[in-house]
Amino acid sequence: MIGFLLRRLLAMAATLLAVCALTFAVFYLLPSDPAAQFCGKDCSADRIQLVRQQLGLADPLVVQFWHYVTAVFAGRSYGTGPYAVQCHFPCFGYSFQSAQPVWDLMTDRLPTSVSLALGAAVLWLVLGVGAGVLSALRRGTWLDRTLMVGTIGIAALPVYFTAMILLYLVVTVAGILPYPRYIAFGEDPAGWVTNLILPWITLALLYAAIYARMTRNSVIETMAEPYVRTARAKGLREARVVGRHGLRPALTPVATMLGMDLGGLLAGALITESLFSLPGIGKLFADSLNKADQPVIMGITLLASFFIVSSNLVVDLVYAWIDPRARLS
Amino acid sequence: MTPHPLLEVRDLTVEFSTEEGPVRAVRGIDFTVERGRTLGIVGESGSGKSVTSLAVMGLHRGATVTGSARLDGTELVGAPDERLRTLRGRRMAMVFQDALTALHPYFTVGDQIAEAYREHFGGTRRAALARAVDVLGDVGIPEPARRADEYPHQFSGGMRQRAMIALALSCEPDLVIADEPTTALDVTVQAQVLELLMRLQQERGLGIVMITHDLGVIARVADDVLVMYGGSAAEQAPADTLFTTPRHPYTRGLLDSLPRLDAERGTELRSIPGSPPSLLAPPAGCAFHPRCPRHAARPDARCTGDRPPLRTVADGHRSACVHDEVTA
Repeated sequence: MIGFLLRRLLAMAATLLAVCALTFAVFYLLPSDPAAQFCGKDCSADRIQLVRQQLGLADPLVVQFWHYVTAVFAGRSYGTGPYAVQCHFPCFGYSFQSAQPVWDLMTDRLPTSVSLALGAAVLWLVLGVGAGVLSALRRGTWLDRTLMVGTIGIAALPVYFTAMILLYLVVTVAGILPYPRYIAFGEDPAGWVTNLILPWITLALLYAAIYARMTRNSVIETMAEPYVRTARAKGLREARVVGRHGLRPALTPVATMLGMDLGGLLAGALITESLFSLPGIGKLFADSLNKADQPVIMGITLLASFFIVSSNLVVDLVYAWIDPRARLS
Repeated sequence: MTPHPLLEVRDLTVEFSTEEGPVRAVRGIDFTVERGRTLGIVGESGSGKSVTSLAVMGLHRGATVTGSARLDGTELVGAPDERLRTLRGRRMAMVFQDALTALHPYFTVGDQIAEAYREHFGGTRRAALARAVDVLGDVGIPEPARRADEYPHQFSGGMRQRAMIALALSCEPDLVIADEPTTALDVTVQAQVLELLMRLQQERGLGIVMITHDLGVIARVADDVLVMYGGSAAEQAPADTLFTTPRHPYTRGLLDSLPRLDAERGTELRSIPGSPPSLLAPPAGCAFHPRCPRHAARPDARCTGDRPPLRTVADGHRSACVHDEVTA
């Protein structure tokens, strides 16, 4: 088990390094010049050249990459003398446009994205898995048909449409909720909920429909398994047959999908955050793309791949915990 | 002796409604299983043999069952679900074909047996687990205490089938229905599992219904045989009689298609021409008549009219063939 974990962690590190190298290479090829951004608008060509040298941008690509990677563990400074910019550990680059280390920019926004993702996940799990299980157990009834037609309708709604409709109806017309802004959970838990509830619903509806359909199929398939028939043949109560023998295996693929989706969402729900102007990683990413703020784009790319790679590992561990056949003997 | 036979099935009919119309999987079969005796039900896939057993257990989901099935005098057909549930596993138990898929992959073997025991007898988890270890020992699993903690996929095929039998026997049922219990096993293991079932039958006076397509299994364990074809009984007889003097051409065909060691080398294996009838659109009259050599040789209006009923042809021997000749 420990050997397995160690191998997986090494593979994770290798994957992240590869992603890092790839993004680094992509940005090196882009026309935008960090030195010009650092220097400001009215900069002479000579001055930009000087800045380039000070920032180490004149070094070969491999040397620059080496500096980037070592900075993650040791921090670094950009330039020398009175104009030097300090980027403390862990340094994932420095945004000259906003004059802040990328790490600080990301960690500022992270709680928003995590709040959005986790809250929405709870909502879509309850709605999606609930509807899916109900549909499967009442297969062929009007309830099943209503739920499944409903989920197709919901799945067909684009996020920006749901968001706008919700904002209009709930905030503008009914005035039940304030226009969403981010309030930290620690500051005001009630405010955290009331401000995030619309973004949660928007994001959750998108996933709930997919989860409902997937759960329904999985439950129907599992309930037809011979081991479920055995559970009935043993004389178990139907609630136990469904709950213990049917749902556990049926929900295993749902857990896998949840891990993947959460991994992707932790690094920001780009559209939802932008629609509600929530200061999350997704919003930061969208803004940085507009400003061509390379270091931030690269930092977020790395953060996103970190979340995805680690959620993969978590999914595998959870899988082995649920299904003994997946355990390594 | 109790006045009732252990299992008495009369005119049992099972019908499924499908999108293409109703399917009568079993049409009016009768049989009786006494304590300590084994009834073999033989037939090809689609003959209705498995559906019959599921109907007796009340596990025919979505099907309509009519007729009567009495377990020690208690009517099972139409009984409330809760009543059937308390009988399932406790008074009548099932051994399924493929223990790898029939046992739950997420739970240990001991846990699965203990769960059944606790459902019917209550008590502590610990006591139920101890009981599970006991039955695992009874069915010849070495180191039962250690194996009880293992998962089905860690067992070999034969051991897994033994565990399946242990599960069925854990609540000391009177009737065991074994649906192709040895089909997934290789021949030597097959023999061991059959011997185990027969030993347990002798020790506990179990009534056994052995469902199989394998006449070899029937010859080894059955006291009485019911041959099913297209959802009906083709022939019913004590096992010895059936093997020595089969009356129905289908039974004959089955016996003829067994490979024989005393046949000359190079002799082609015989088979019954044609394929089993469609349950959706069964042939009129005798379900076997399109494949029947007797009908081909001597067509008879009675073969294509109504489905021929079983008729007594000798003491305890009934056949559903309208052709009267003795085919021994």
